[in-house]
Amino acid sequence: MTGQPLIAVPSVLKPGRYFMQGDEACAEGAIAAGCNYYAGYPITPASEIMEHLCRRFARLPGRVFVQMEDEIASIASVVGASWAGARAMTATSGPGLSLMLENIGYAIITETPCVVVDVQRAGPSTGQATRPAQGDVMQARWGAHGDYEIIVTSPWSVQECYEETARAFNLAERFRLPVLVLMDEAVGHLRENITVSTETPFFTRVKGIDQPPFGEAEVPPMPAFGEGARLLVTGSTHDAWGYRRTSSPEAQSTLVERLAGKVLNHTGEIERTHCHLCDERELDILLIAYGFTARSALGAVRQARADGIKAGLLRLTTLWPFPAQVVRSIAQRAQVVLVPEMNRGQMLREVQREVPAARGYHRTDGEVITMPELVAAAKKELGR
Amino acid sequence: MREQPRSPARGDQPGAGSTASIRRYLRVDAMPTPFCAGCGHGILMAAILRAVDELGLDFSRMLFVSGIGCAGWIPSPHYNADTLHVTHGRPVAFATGAKLFNPGLKVVVIGGDGDIASIGGNHLIHAARRNVNLTVICANNLIYGMTGGQVTPTTPQGARTLTTPAGNPEPPFDLARLVAAAGATYVARYSVWHIRALIASLRRALAHSGFAFVEVLSMCPTQYGRRNSNPTALGMLRGFRENCVSLEKARSMAPAELVGKTLIGEFVGGSGSRESASGAT
Repeated sequence: MTGQPLIAVPSVLKPGRYFMQGDEACAEGAIAAGCNYYAGYPITPASEIMEHLCRRFARLPGRVFVQMEDEIASIASVVGASWAGARAMTATSGPGLSLMLENIGYAIITETPCVVVDVQRAGPSTGQATRPAQGDVMQARWGAHGDYEIIVTSPWSVQECYEETARAFNLAERFRLPVLVLMDEAVGHLRENITVSTETPFFTRVKGIDQPPFGEAEVPPMPAFGEGARLLVTGSTHDAWGYRRTSSPEAQSTLVERLAGKVLNHTGEIERTHCHLCDERELDILLIAYGFTARSALGAVRQARADGIKAGLLRLTTLWPFPAQVVRSIAQRAQVVLVPEMNRGQMLREVQREVPAARGYHRTDGEVITMPELVAAAKKELGR
Repeated sequence: MREQPRSPARGDQPGAGSTASIRRYLRVDAMPTPFCAGCGHGILMAAILRAVDELGLDFSRMLFVSGIGCAGWIPSPHYNADTLHVTHGRPVAFATGAKLFNPGLKVVVIGGDGDIASIGGNHLIHAARRNVNLTVICANNLIYGMTGGQVTPTTPQGARTLTTPAGNPEPPFDLARLVAAAGATYVARYSVWHIRALIASLRRALAHSGFAFVEVLSMCPTQYGRRNSNPTALGMLRGFRENCVSLEKARSMAPAELVGKTLIGEFVGGSGSRESASGAT
C-alpha cells in the first residue's frame, strides 16, 4: 500500500504459534487491525466471530460490542460508528448479507470504511446452514444496486483468515469503502496452526476538516462526527461537500466514475494472487481456485505431478476486483484451464472472459470438493 | 460553498418569534427549504432549533440522523451541524452506532411516520428497549408525502389516501404508546399547533438521559388534507387545536367524549401531565 498513513503496530496477541478456528482467526485479525466497533446478529456459520470478539472486547479498552436486532441494523450501526471515528466490522452468512446489501451500497456512495465478513453456506435462502458453499461470489460483487466497484478477498486458510481480515481494514481505510471478506463454512470452522507476527500493518484514516470530504481528491479525507467539520453525509448523489445533487447528470457521473476509479486505478495495490507449482513455461493443466477449494486443488496438483502431469494452481485471494491480467498471463501457458468451485460456475464465467476455453468443475451438494475427485477431473479434461 | 451568505432571510426581525436566534444554526445557502406551501415541517424545524438554543447545546457536537422522506430533509442539509442522511427506515440504527462509539456526541434522529414507524419500526422499538441515549423526533403527518400520498401505519382508519381510495381499512399505531411500551424513558406527543408545549417537550427530550421519543403531529395539506376535506394548512392546524386533548384533561373526560381525539402530553418521564399507569382513556 502507498501513502504515509500506513504504519506498523504491535500485534495484540502475543507473537507466536496458535491453534485456532478460521472464524476465531478472523476475529483476531480484526482485533490486530484495530477493530474497535463490532455489531452483529447471530447466524450459522459466522456466529463464532461475534462470540469471540464479544469475549475479547470485554478485556480490551475502548472497544464497543453490540448485538443488534437484525443484520440491517448491524451494518447500519457499523456505518454510523465508522463516521463517529470507529474501525468497524460486522460478520454474517449469505442470508444476512442479503439483508445488509442496501446499506453496503450506502457505505459505497458515502465512502465509509468498514469490513463485512460473509462466511458462506449453502443457499439460496436458508439452504443448509451448516454446509459450505461458494455461492455468494457474485452477490458480493453485484449485490447492491447501482454501478460500483468493490473489494472482496477470500481466505483459504486459518492464517489467511487472520491476515486478510486485518488487510481488509487497511484497504477499507485506504480507499474509503466497505471491504468484504468472503469465507466459507469449511474455512470458518477449520482448525489449524497459525503464526502471529510481532507487528500488524495499520493504515490510519486520513482526516482534514478544511477539504471537501466527498471529492476533488480521488480518496478524499474523512473527518469524524464531532470534530467540527459539520459534515453533510447523504446516500443521495452529492457534490464534493455533501450537498444533494439529485438531478445533475454531471454530479452523478463524476461521483460514480470516481468511486469506481479508486478501485480500478489501484488494482496492483489491492489484488493478491498466488502461483503454486506453475513455474514451467508450458503447463498441461492450470487449476484456478479460491477459498477452501484451493486447498483441495493444491493437493490435486501435487498428486497429478506425481502421476506425470505438469499441473499448476493459480490461487486467487482477492476475487474482486477480478485479477484479469494475472489470470490471462498464467493461463496462456496452460493447455487446459480448470476452475473448481462450490457453486455452478460463478467465477468460471469471469475466467472465461479472459480464457474462453476454460472449463469448470462444480459441486452444489453442500460438500467440499475433494482432492481425489479433482485429480480425476483433471485427468478427464486431459483425456488420460 | 461552506460560507454562509449574509443576506437577511425573510421575516428576520429582532424580537420574540423572529428567526434571528436560530439563523446561526442553519445553512442559509441551502435555503429555501423544499417543503410544500403549508407543510408543518418548517415549524418543527424551527422548534427543534429553539429547544437547542434555549438549552445552550454545542451545535458542533450534535449529530442529526435522518432517513428518507420529507422529514428527513428537516436537518439535511439545513442544520449546520453534523448530519447523516441515510437509507429509508434506518436512521435509528445508524444513530445507535455513532452514539455507542462516541457517547460524547448529542445524537438526534428526525424522521417521518413512514420512515420511523413503518419500514423502521423494528429499529425504533429495539432502541427504546435498549434505552440508548438518543432523541428520536417523529414528524407524523399521517401520510407518505414525498412519494405522492400513500397510506402509512399512522393514517387514521377511514382516511382516504392514494392507496386507500375507499378509506383506510386498517387501524393506526398509537406511536407514543407503542414506544412507551417498548421501554423508552421519555415519551411525549404534541402537534406543531402546540408550539410552546412542543418546544418545552423537545427541550426535555434533548436534556434527557436515555431514549427520548417525541411524536409531533405535522400537517400535510398537499397529500393528506386535500384528500380528506381539509385542504388548507390553517384548517389542519385548527384540526390539531380542536382534536388534541391533554392527558391531564382526558382524565376527567368520559370515554365517549374522547372518541376521535388525540391525546397529547408527556406519556413517560415528563414533569407535568403524565399518563397514569392504567392509561388515560
